[in-house]
Amino acid sequence: MASLVGYYSLLSGFFCSFLIIYFSIINFKDTKILDKRILSFTFFQFFFVVISFFGLIISFVVSDFSNETVFNHSHTTKPLFYKISGTWGNHEGSLLLWLLVLTLFIYLFLLKSVEQKKSYRILTLLFQEIIIIGFFVFLIKTSNPFNYITPIPKEGLGLNPILQDPALAIHPPVLYLGYVGSSIIFSSALAGVTLNYISKDWAKHIKNWVFISWIFLTLGILLGSIWAYYELGWGGFWFWDPVENVSLMPWLSLTTLLHCILVLEKRNILNSWAIILSITTFALSMCGTFLVRSGILNSVHTFANDPERGLFILIFLFILIFLSFFVFFFFHKNENKTLINLNWVSKETAILINNWFMMYFLIVVLIGTVYPIFLEVITSEKISVGPPFFHKLIIPFLIPFLIFMAIGPQLKWIKSNLKNKLYLILFLIISFILTVLIVKNLSINFFTNTILLTAAFFLFFITVRDFFKKKFNNLSQNIAHFGFSLLILSILFNNIFSSEIITNLKIGETFVSDKFKISFKDINQKDEQNYKAIIGKFEVIDSKGSNLIMSPELRIYNQPNIVTSEADIKTNLLTDKFMTMNFVQNQEYFNIRYQIKPFMVWIWISVILICFGGLISLFKKKYEN
Amino acid sequence: MYGRKVKLRFFFVFLILTILSLSIFLILKSLEENVVYFKSPTEIKILSEINNNKIRIGGMVKENSILIEEKKLKFIVTDFKNEINVVYSGVIPNLFAEGKGVVAEGFLKDRSFFSATKILAKHDENYMPPEVKKALEEK
Repeated sequence: MASLVGYYSLLSGFFCSFLIIYFSIINFKDTKILDKRILSFTFFQFFFVVISFFGLIISFVVSDFSNETVFNHSHTTKPLFYKISGTWGNHEGSLLLWLLVLTLFIYLFLLKSVEQKKSYRILTLLFQEIIIIGFFVFLIKTSNPFNYITPIPKEGLGLNPILQDPALAIHPPVLYLGYVGSSIIFSSALAGVTLNYISKDWAKHIKNWVFISWIFLTLGILLGSIWAYYELGWGGFWFWDPVENVSLMPWLSLTTLLHCILVLEKRNILNSWAIILSITTFALSMCGTFLVRSGILNSVHTFANDPERGLFILIFLFILIFLSFFVFFFFHKNENKTLINLNWVSKETAILINNWFMMYFLIVVLIGTVYPIFLEVITSEKISVGPPFFHKLIIPFLIPFLIFMAIGPQLKWIKSNLKNKLYLILFLIISFILTVLIVKNLSINFFTNTILLTAAFFLFFITVRDFFKKKFNNLSQNIAHFGFSLLILSILFNNIFSSEIITNLKIGETFVSDKFKISFKDINQKDEQNYKAIIGKFEVIDSKGSNLIMSPELRIYNQPNIVTSEADIKTNLLTDKFMTMNFVQNQEYFNIRYQIKPFMVWIWISVILICFGGLISLFKKKYEN
Repeated sequence: MYGRKVKLRFFFVFLILTILSLSIFLILKSLEENVVYFKSPTEIKILSEINNNKIRIGGMVKENSILIEEKKLKFIVTDFKNEINVVYSGVIPNLFAEGKGVVAEGFLKDRSFFSATKILAKHDENYMPPEVKKALEEK
């Protein structure tokens, strides 16, 4: 029943698109004000998609297995929370969520852009409707969430247990808010180009949307990263896996756009650059969906997929890119003033330089992610590109990047000078001395670590100084940059001071090394709603004699029959102690991994600080108005 | 002759082109050094030479082949045509089991012996390395 309502509601939403386009075209030349009907139909479209989405949620909640999506991804014994989150934990549902956010954002855009020109609002709506129609067709044709199966199965196939996790339940919606938020930027940039409206005013108006999608995208990546840390049991937060990379690429592009928009707003330069970045960001978000959903990525995240869907998104993506190139080359009038007005020592130059660095990072990630796919298509040779590639190409360039990030905010717009900037050198020397004191006693690569840490400390000290010196002037930038320096420092220290032990133990055995003694005491069983838990008990005694009880868990799910391991993590401000236990089929041994991960919590905190910086910028604007 | 503006622009274009070609060169060069090839046991059997590069192998874990000790794990990877012995010490993912697909990263000692440094987990219990799937379909 709910599925049926959902399906017809989806069709009605699709129908609304045509009404919106029809009235928009009539209204475009007709009157001075926006036709009320356009607004109502946009609302109805959103409303229908919401109904459709709720239809799917209800089908999941009542375990209606006549619905194919529910059958494939749900099970009666699954806890209610995961029945609901299972709605968007699969391909069909997640695309419906994409559509939901698309229609929500365009409705909000129309509500929030009342002071803008009518023609600009209508054009943005039209471009957005092209995307929306594309997704409607995609959903209804290749991945209908409301397909019937007869005879009705008694029981569903269940949701992949590693997706049954609170962080991963909210990860897709948050990430999608970021991804899809970039669609508004894309549509409005195209509308702006057509009307020759890419200017200070446009920047001022679109800035909020850029910040909103940027905040959500950052949070979404953070959630995914935290999940990977504790659920996959690898004890890391970033693996340069293709699926992670495709979320990093729009983030890099969006971050670049965010800085570029600030320059555009203040100086009315870099117009073309802002347009290109708006288009790139959305194209990369679409690419992300395409690469993850088509199954062509050779990734540890690989889920079973359908190539037909990939082909559809690919064609759709090319249409959109072609459309944007067409609009850009035929309508865009470049006044060619960029080069002439740019002064070497100014804030905009510093921002532009870091823009280029970020583009470089983007290209590295793009090539590292896409190259294996091309090679496979061309030579049918299968390869993968691992972390060393990314580290080698990104880390050296991070050094000047960090330094420019510290110096940039010290400069003024238009023209600045380096007088009274002695403190910069002073801080650089302090950072260097501090780093040498830390690094010299460690058996690590002295040269790279020293330079990298110096640059990170430099940014850290400069942002701390600004915080107290500038009296909360430009607070959002200050906090975000501070967060970034903290992130780099935490990652570096985490990397340098981490240690781990991997061993196979039977119950009752003890592992002894020069640093730790790990005794496997016993195991207990516990029955939960849809899994059986095996909880190990380990006593860890370190060289100082303090002991710690760790109890990692194994979960044997009933449907699908999968074993997952739950890491036991003891977190405090300085360090994480992390233990996972895996068992090997038909063997007495358990595979134990014990890790000490310093400053883990600071990696999460610093990313939250970066988001917080963006948030302040949103509210500050309201306050000033 | 040329005005200052034109010269400046010429300089900028030159600068950007140089930087661009340099960075592309850098990227491609490190790509060459850092790619990891994926081979099936059959492909390994017909390898002309064995070098010291890191590779990935994929296939199914042969039934009754897992042998575990305190420090080591031994098993056999098969694509139902050829087999290869693998020795490994490290984290064992939960989806690692006999009769299931596996991807291991490491170094080839000879054509039938592989020393793994990493076993990659797959998120999906139905996942099978593409080669194995193909080999199974051909059977």
